[in-house]
Amino acid sequence: MNAMTLRPRRRLWAYLPMTLLAVFFLFPIVFMLAASLKSDHQIFADMDSFRAFLPVGGISLDNYAAVFDRVPFWRFLGNTIFVTFMVTALGLVVNSLCGYALARMRWKGRAVVFAFIIATLILPFDTTIVPMVYLVANLPWIGFEGVRPVLEVGWLNTYHVQIIPFVVNAFAIFLFAQYFKSLPKGLEEAAAMDGAGWLRTYWRIIVPLSKPVFATVTILTVVTSPATWNAYLWPLMTVQSEELRPVMVGVQYFFQLDTSWGEVMAYISMITIPMVAVFIAFQRAFIQSIASAGMKD
Amino acid sequence: MQRRDLMKLAAASGGAALVGPALAACSASESAADGELLVWTHSAGNEEELAVTDQILESFNGGQDEYTVERESFPQDAYNDTVNAAALSGDLPDLLTVDGPNVPNWAWAGNLQPLDLPAELTDRFLPSTLGIFQDQLYSIGHWEAACSVFARESVLEAAGVRVPTIEEPWSREEFDEALERIAADTDYQWAIDLSTADIGEWYPYAYSPFLQSFGGDLLDRSTYLTAEGALNGEAALAWGRWFQGLFTGGFANIESPVGGEDFNQGKAAMAYMGNWGALPAMDLFDDVLFLPPPDLGTGPKIGGGSWQWAITSAADPAGANTFLEAALSDEFVADFSNAAGLIPATDAAAELTEHYASDGALRMMVDYSREFAVLRPETPAYTVISSVFTKYTGDIIHGGDVREALDAAVSEIDADIESNSGYGF
Repeated sequence: MNAMTLRPRRRLWAYLPMTLLAVFFLFPIVFMLAASLKSDHQIFADMDSFRAFLPVGGISLDNYAAVFDRVPFWRFLGNTIFVTFMVTALGLVVNSLCGYALARMRWKGRAVVFAFIIATLILPFDTTIVPMVYLVANLPWIGFEGVRPVLEVGWLNTYHVQIIPFVVNAFAIFLFAQYFKSLPKGLEEAAAMDGAGWLRTYWRIIVPLSKPVFATVTILTVVTSPATWNAYLWPLMTVQSEELRPVMVGVQYFFQLDTSWGEVMAYISMITIPMVAVFIAFQRAFIQSIASAGMKD
Repeated sequence: MQRRDLMKLAAASGGAALVGPALAACSASESAADGELLVWTHSAGNEEELAVTDQILESFNGGQDEYTVERESFPQDAYNDTVNAAALSGDLPDLLTVDGPNVPNWAWAGNLQPLDLPAELTDRFLPSTLGIFQDQLYSIGHWEAACSVFARESVLEAAGVRVPTIEEPWSREEFDEALERIAADTDYQWAIDLSTADIGEWYPYAYSPFLQSFGGDLLDRSTYLTAEGALNGEAALAWGRWFQGLFTGGFANIESPVGGEDFNQGKAAMAYMGNWGALPAMDLFDDVLFLPPPDLGTGPKIGGGSWQWAITSAADPAGANTFLEAALSDEFVADFSNAAGLIPATDAAAELTEHYASDGALRMMVDYSREFAVLRPETPAYTVISSVFTKYTGDIIHGGDVREALDAAVSEIDADIESNSGYGF
């Protein structure tokens, strides 16, 4: 039963707490947008009243203009979009194939490997970041000078150091494996009788039936991976060139001895709005995917 | 990052070289050989400081042809993490900026090498702009920062409070009485703004000088091996109770925003604030005064040591010292001050500035720095001392038991020093 099936009076009581909760959760975003239009003096002057959430007083777009003077915004945004896309796209391929192998193929040691992958989930990223930095600083890479291949040592200060270490994701593998296990075995048996190999079965049968879990993993990767939209600590430690920095590191550009809070709010608005817009545009699909990914046949 | 021609490697070793060579990545030593020097600064997002830095680089690069200096800048709040990661991966630059109190730690860790600059150059700099660890100079700064008590002359007059001078600062009794009179005789919500929301280095930088003025300290500087007695002795306990009383007595806001905003907004009558807040305050109030800190027992004290230049251990010392010598001219020192409102590190440079010259509106900040500045303990343990002091001072501000808080702070600091075998002391 949901709120729409209730009678009008009961529907009102159902909606009231939900509306209050929605308003409560919207406060930070409304404050951010309102403050981004005000001078610092105005922001602090309004702090003790409800005016803090309203675009009132001396409002202007000056803070937004100042953002472009302080940071190379489009460069940072482009870097984040590129890295987020690559980590997500490569992750969907690699993690779904891994999940498929663990869920649907029979091979020796499968349970041990699956348990080992799940076990890595208990290690917080913060505890592994230092050895990871040391590791990537000494990994080889084949680059090119013109058309001549050269062996480079050290991945620091590159795009690939922001992408490759985060393609494989244990939680994504777990989600894919669990979802694939719920699909009827008869589908694969029928495909096998028609002469399809495992890769063709995966691509033609499994993937089309698994759109919800792909959508779920996409959302989780974009929102929660330490290398995508919210990437901060890892690029901070491995990327020294301003040309390669993502948007979240850019936030720190605004914290000076005399921090301009209006500019901070303008910048945060500019990097939050794309994500909010994407969520609103795909809201229905997101909710469906998360709901159906949690169901069992 | 190092590069090897893959075709030649393959030819020389039959392909095994693809995975075999353990080539160390080391940007500084790599570039030193060809006369290139890489400089890291903490100034990303600070247009004024970056403009002067670029001016220095342009002048140096154009004035000789032996070395070429390039810059990479990082945001200040994230800078230490970036440098520590680079040290871990062997990717440090040739020169970098470093916050004064961190110099001993980075020198002890082997990341810095001593400077080789002529004494006639370094002797002209304010003592607190020199980063000295175990009798060796590791860093030097273009500027200094200083805290003072921001107040309005009209408010002090209304409350009948004497205006203190550098020769005759407020005593503790006078300061306490001033707070009480302001609270009683004016409409301000708070008597003094201490910017308590600025959790981090502000706490030891701004508040530990009060502790030192009481006669306590962050560490026993006779041995640098323990905080016992210094941070939890009678003087420190007296400081803790007095400091807590500022909040429990209603004189200061427990949740005051950063940057002296309660003062700027007219909610607090006075503020304890750094010189970087002076020009905005002058814009807001035409009768603002920048008063010396109170003498709480052993003389007025303020924090010393701001951002400085250092040479990494991987750098070519000849090139790096040549660059530093050129960069430390009075003109550049004055340029930093004029551009960013910082206190110039030399007297000659101060005379070239608008605000810190003999007749400048902020000249007293130079005097406060010279007379009252106390460096945070010059020990590698300072990074831990800083975070521990911040944590337990927060407890004290929020009403925690003073003795328990200071004993716990001493315990954590001493444990760190012991686990690092005394950091070489």
